[in-house]
Amino acid sequence: MNQYTAPLRDMRFVLKELVGLEKVSGLPGCEEVNAELVDQILDESARFCAEVIAPLNRTGDAEGSRWEDGKVFTPKGFKDAYRQFAEGGWNALQSPPEHGGQGLPKLVATLVMEMWKSSNMAFSLCPMLTTGAIEALILRGTDAQKKTYLPKMVDGTWTGTMNLTESQAGSDLALVRTRADREGDHYRIRGQKIFITYGEHDLTENIIHLVLARLPDAPPGVRGISLFIVPKFLVNADGSLGARNEVHCASIEHKLGIHASPTAVLVYGEKDGAIGYLVGEENRGLEYMFIMMNAARFAVGLEGLAIADRAYQQALGYARERIQSRDLGGGPQSVPIVRHPDVRRMLMGMKANIEAMRALGCTVAASMDIAHRHPDKAERQKHQAFADLMIPVVKGWFTETGVEVASTGVQIHGGMGYIEETGAAQHLRDARITTIYEGTTAIQSNDLVGRKLGREGGVTAKALVHEMRQTEAALAKAQGEDMVAIKAAFSAGLTAFADCVDWIAANFDKDVKAVHAGSVPFLKLTGIVAGGWQMARAALIAQQQLARGTDERAFYEGKIVTARYFSEHVLSQAGGLRTAIMLGSRAVLALAEEQL
Amino acid sequence: MKVMVPVKRVVDYNVKVRVKSDGTGVETANVKMSMNPFDEIGIEEALRLKEAGAATEVIAVSCGTAACQETLRTALALGADRAILVETDAELQPLAVAKLIRALVEKEQPRLAIVGKQAIDDDCNQTGQMLSALLGWSQATFASKVKVEGDKLVVTREVDGGLETVSISLPAVVTTDLRLNEPRYVTLPNIMKAKKKPLEVLKPDALGVDVTPRLITLKVSDPPTRKAGVKVPDAKTLVEKLKNEAKVIS
Repeated sequence: MNQYTAPLRDMRFVLKELVGLEKVSGLPGCEEVNAELVDQILDESARFCAEVIAPLNRTGDAEGSRWEDGKVFTPKGFKDAYRQFAEGGWNALQSPPEHGGQGLPKLVATLVMEMWKSSNMAFSLCPMLTTGAIEALILRGTDAQKKTYLPKMVDGTWTGTMNLTESQAGSDLALVRTRADREGDHYRIRGQKIFITYGEHDLTENIIHLVLARLPDAPPGVRGISLFIVPKFLVNADGSLGARNEVHCASIEHKLGIHASPTAVLVYGEKDGAIGYLVGEENRGLEYMFIMMNAARFAVGLEGLAIADRAYQQALGYARERIQSRDLGGGPQSVPIVRHPDVRRMLMGMKANIEAMRALGCTVAASMDIAHRHPDKAERQKHQAFADLMIPVVKGWFTETGVEVASTGVQIHGGMGYIEETGAAQHLRDARITTIYEGTTAIQSNDLVGRKLGREGGVTAKALVHEMRQTEAALAKAQGEDMVAIKAAFSAGLTAFADCVDWIAANFDKDVKAVHAGSVPFLKLTGIVAGGWQMARAALIAQQQLARGTDERAFYEGKIVTARYFSEHVLSQAGGLRTAIMLGSRAVLALAEEQL
Repeated sequence: MKVMVPVKRVVDYNVKVRVKSDGTGVETANVKMSMNPFDEIGIEEALRLKEAGAATEVIAVSCGTAACQETLRTALALGADRAILVETDAELQPLAVAKLIRALVEKEQPRLAIVGKQAIDDDCNQTGQMLSALLGWSQATFASKVKVEGDKLVVTREVDGGLETVSISLPAVVTTDLRLNEPRYVTLPNIMKAKKKPLEVLKPDALGVDVTPRLITLKVSDPPTRKAGVKVPDAKTLVEKLKNEAKVIS
C-alpha cells in the first residue's frame, strides 16, 4: 500500500508528445539524448526509486535522524541507500561532463528528480542541496576550488550544504551576522546558522558547507555579504582529508515533517574560528545566491508535484480496497469507496492537478534548457524570460497545490488517514515545509508581481497571453462536448489572467500595497491558467491520437476527461481570483492593526 | 574465456497478465516488458566471473523482434561487453531458440553459456538443457553457486532434497536459479556508455536455422475463478459431502 510506482506513462507523454524531446535533443551538449536513452534512464530510475529509496520513506519518518554529542545519525538504511545512489551515478545527473557529471538536460532530470522526491522527499533533500552547492562552485569558484571539491561532490563522495539562515535573518538575509575575518589566504568564520538541511550526517566522510557571512568592514545590508566554503574536514593539497574544521552541529530540529532529513544548527569557530575560503568576490555572496535561486526554487516546486503524486498513489490504492456503503446507483452490496461520487471527485482533483503540474514543470524545464544552451541569443532570452516568470509559479503554486493534494489524500483515507500507520499523514506533514523554505509563497508572489511583472510592465506575461491565445484558437476548432467545455473554461481563465496582468502593470507604481495584497491569489491564478493551458494542449494532442487510431485509447480518453476536470473544477476559479486580486485589497488592508 | 548469456524479453514480473479475448495467448500490447529475471541473474553471474578475472568477455544475445534490442541495451548497461540480436517476428519455441543460440555459440566460441533456468512467461525450463544437448556440452542446471576451477566448473545446484554440488568440464551450459546472486542496479554512467557498445543484428536464415514451431498452442485461458463455498449444518453433512461430492475421502 505504501509502494511507489513511477508514473512512467504520463511522464513519457509529457516528455515526448506534450513538450517534445526534440526541443532539447538538438541543443548543443544534448546530441546524445534520444527517446531510447531517455526511456532507459526513466526505467532504471523508476526501478531504483521503487526498490531502494521508497521503502525507506515510512521507516525514515518513524525513526527520524538522531543527534548525539555533536554527531548525527540518519535512520536505518539511509547510509546504504545513499551509497547505492552515489555508486549508481545518479548524483551526477545534471552536472556538466567536464566535472564528471552526465550533463543531462533539465527536461530529463526533472522527471528523474520527481521520482526521487516522490519516493522519499527527506532523502532527496541531500542530493538537492549538494547540487546547489555544486552550481555555486561552478559559477564562481576558482579553478583550484573546483578541482579540490567538485569531482567528489559530483560523484557523491561528499555532500554540500547551503548555510544562509540565522535566527534573526530568515526571509531577510540582509540581517546576517555571522562574521568572517581575513587571515592570509583564507578567512576565519565565527557565528551560528540554523535550518541547515543535512548540515551534519553520517552518509559521507566530508561535508562542504557554503556559508554566508559578513566581513568586519563590509557595507551594511545585502551588499555586504560574502560566500565562503567551509569544509567539515579541511582538504589537503593531495585531496586527502585533513584536520577537522571548527564547524559543529549543536543540535537538530524537531519538525512537523521530513523527519529523516537532519536540519542542523551549526556553530562556527568556538575557539580560533572556522577556516573558510572565499567564493568569488567579497560582498557579492547574495548576488551569487540569486543566480542559483531559479534552480533551487524550481527543485522545491517539484517537491509539491512529487508529494502530490505519492499521496495520490496511496489514496487511490486505499479507495480501491476500502469497502464501505452501497453504490448510490443501487445494488445490495457494499462497494469500494472509489465508486462513491465524492471520492471520485477528490481522486480526479488530485490526478488533474498532478498532471497539470507535471506538464507545466516540464515545459518550464525545457525553456531552462533552451535558455541555457541554444546558439541563438534571441531564442535564449525569450526562454529565459518565460522561465523567470514561471519559476515563482512553479515554486509557489506547485507547493501550495502539493499541500492541498496531500490533505485530500488524508481525507480519502477517512479516520485511517489521521492514524500514522497508514502513511497518508506523512505526505501532508512532509509537504507542509515546501511552501515555506526556499522562499515562502508570499516571497514567490512578491517576486512574480514585483521583479517579474511590475518592473517590466508585464511584457513577458503579455507575450504569454498571446501564446496561450493560439491554444485557445486551436481549441475553438476542436470537436466534441469535452473540448467545448475545456475551451470555455480556458477562455474565461485566460481573460481573467490578462485582466489581472494589465491591472498589475497599471497599478504597480500607483498602489504597490494593493498589488501585493493580491499577489498570492495572482500567483495561484497564473498557476491554474498556465496549468490549464498545458492540460488543454494535452487534450488536443490526445484527440489527434484518438483520431489517428491508437491502441492506447484508455490513456488518451483519460487525458481529455482529466483536462475537462481541470477546466471545470480548477480553472473555473479564475473569475473569483480576479475579484480577489483586483477588488480585494481594500478588505485586506482597511482595518487598523488593533481591529484585527 | 568468453561467456554467452541469452536474455529474453518478457512481460514484466510486476504486471498482472491478462489472457487475450480470443484465447490465443496473453496480452502483450502496451504492457511493460523487461528482461526475464533469471536471465538478469545470468548476466550478473557472468559479470562477476569477469570481475573476478575468470571471464574475458560477456556477450548478451537475444532472439525475437526488434524490440528485444531494448532488453539487450539493458544487458549492456548492466555491463555486458557487446550484444547480438537474432531478429525475427516468428513465434519462437525453446527448440528453435536453442538452435539459434547453438549457431551463435559456434560463431562466437564461448566456453560457457549461462542461461536462465526458465522464462517467467512460458515457464518452459527447456532451452538450457536443449542447448547443452545440441552442443554436446556438459550442463549444470538450477545453479545457486558457480565457481571456476581450472578447466572445471564447481556448481551447487538446488534440488528437491537440498543442495547438490557437482563438478563439470568446460565448455558447459549453466542454468541459473533465483538464489545464485542478486543482480546489481544499472548505473546512470553505464546507461550512457551502453549506447556506444556494439549491438549486432542477424537473421535466423543467416545462421541457417529453421525456426518453424513444432508445437501448436490450442488454447490459452484464465484459471477458473474460485466459487463461493457453502455452509453445512453439521459434521455429518460435511463428511457426506466430502465423500460424495468432493470425493476426497472414501
